[in-house]
Amino acid sequence: MASLTLSNVVKRYGHGPKANPVIHGVNAEIADGEFIVIVGPSGCGKSTLLRMVAGLEEISGGEIRIGPRVVNDLEPAERDIAMVFQNYALYPHMSVFDNMAYGLKIAKVPKDEIRTRVDKAARILELTPFLERKPRELSGGQRQRVAMGRAIVRQPQVFLFDEPLSNLDAKLRAQTRLEIQKLHRELGITSLFVTHDQVEAMTLAQRMIVMNAGRMEQFGTPEEVYRRPASTFVASFIGAPPMNLLSSAPHVEPGTILGIRPEHLDIVPQAAAQGWSVQVEAIEMLGAERLLYTRLDSEQIIVRVNEDQGLAPAIGSTLHLLPQPDRLHRFDEATGKRL
Amino acid sequence: MIERRPWLNALAHTILILGVLVVVFPVYVTLVGSTQTAEQIATSNPLSLLPGSNFIESYRLALFGGKTSGGSTIAPVAPMLWVSFVSAMVIALGKIAISLLSAFAIVYFRFPARGLVFWMIFVTLMLPVEVRISPTYQVVSDFGMLNTYAGLTIPLIASATATFLFRQFFLTVPDELVEAARMDGAGPMRFFWDVLLPLSKTSIAALFVIQFIYGWNQYLWPLLVTTNESMYPVVLGIKRAIFGEVYVEWNVVMATAILAMIPPALVVILMQKWFVKGLVDTEK
Repeated sequence: MASLTLSNVVKRYGHGPKANPVIHGVNAEIADGEFIVIVGPSGCGKSTLLRMVAGLEEISGGEIRIGPRVVNDLEPAERDIAMVFQNYALYPHMSVFDNMAYGLKIAKVPKDEIRTRVDKAARILELTPFLERKPRELSGGQRQRVAMGRAIVRQPQVFLFDEPLSNLDAKLRAQTRLEIQKLHRELGITSLFVTHDQVEAMTLAQRMIVMNAGRMEQFGTPEEVYRRPASTFVASFIGAPPMNLLSSAPHVEPGTILGIRPEHLDIVPQAAAQGWSVQVEAIEMLGAERLLYTRLDSEQIIVRVNEDQGLAPAIGSTLHLLPQPDRLHRFDEATGKRL
Repeated sequence: MIERRPWLNALAHTILILGVLVVVFPVYVTLVGSTQTAEQIATSNPLSLLPGSNFIESYRLALFGGKTSGGSTIAPVAPMLWVSFVSAMVIALGKIAISLLSAFAIVYFRFPARGLVFWMIFVTLMLPVEVRISPTYQVVSDFGMLNTYAGLTIPLIASATATFLFRQFFLTVPDELVEAARMDGAGPMRFFWDVLLPLSKTSIAALFVIQFIYGWNQYLWPLLVTTNESMYPVVLGIKRAIFGEVYVEWNVVMATAILAMIPPALVVILMQKWFVKGLVDTEK
């Protein structure tokens, strides 16, 4: 087990003036045993960053260290890491056992040692009855576990996960999320987990890196990222529905953007000095809660209310909203950064 | 066909059966002819379609040669079968080995002029053997490879078709598999042996069948590079049996033809399962 340090990591495709930068200097100190999630929209460079740590992409600038070792020029196999791929990348012609044992065989680990390690991993992942099967005879969830098993048996310093849950159905995804958490508690291996799904990010991460367009927007605990988003991008990316960002409503100072999450708006009976009066445009019933899509001149404001707060307002009716004052966020309009 | 109509079924079957008859009839005539004596074939017109009683004698003569009752000398086919078998095997296996490796290089390695190399290989598809046969002959003859297995096989081994086929197959192998192998510490050749080769099994089998038959059926090339009877493949043997003697022992000729057909037929039958899988399989 080891810490992982990214210092000013840059990725460029191509050379010279025509080079196309995709990652613009990422800095992160990840402590030994930490579970870090990298989250961002597609194309933000999160997978590229992971693949650079894995050694599958060249590092154009900066330094990646695993423990005290600079790994920039090491082959993937020499970095003492293991990776779980999105499509699992199991060898189709090998049995589950051989899939897990392949890396160890190449590393010339003695046969009995391979046996014990694979058996142990299979027990943890409940794969023991399937060891002799081929990947095509397994369900999606089982394949996913084999892919994790392949990573576990190598006893690496760092685990890398490249959207490993995106090919599972919703139910299995939730279940596997819990399993990954459990696994991390048991093994305590430093992990880097890439996803575009903010629920996965929030639930799994001890700390999370929010990325956008090749830049790190924020690096912090899920709590921090939710409570104190560092930019309008983070504010709108984390949380569903996203934070309301108002630039031309009353009480918004010029040159700034005011943010308020849908769950932090109270409906009050009379127009309040600090609040807004809005028209209801649409309503979504989600079960335990309701989303009200309302309009204030040119701005849309989404309000989330609990289902037990009485009847839904009629569409077209006027509502008086009062934001919880300690839940207001202010951002610079030009840079999008938090003020 | 979504609709099932009895008369349509009957029609389909009739056409299929007719087709089979057209294909099978010449083979049957050959088989029947090989069981008759030379006199029977020479005197009956048309040829009797009932099997004769000369089966053993015809095949003994064909396989091991000797003097016939008519007085002509028959060259034994057994050594020719061996020559054919060795050449076909070397050609088929050689083609597969070389094509696998060149396709591997083209798909998985970035080297200068990679595209050019691929297109150069591809362009050779457009030149049939006959076009380059004289220069090839010159080269083989200058290397002193006339009347050798090397001369019979090496010029036929390089194969753009097989390279192209394997290239297309390798392109369908997911990149993540390559990356997983890299993470597991497998070097390029290890990946080739442990992952790529097992995955190509069915393609290899299909190609082996096609190339074995291709090698077995070579006629023009062996005709040029072999002058020594001990290096004749069996296909040349048939031709020689017809034109070599004053008096053609047709029963022996037909027995030779049947013997020449058996090995490729066996290869097809034995490899059929793999062969079909290789052509239709898309599972990766």
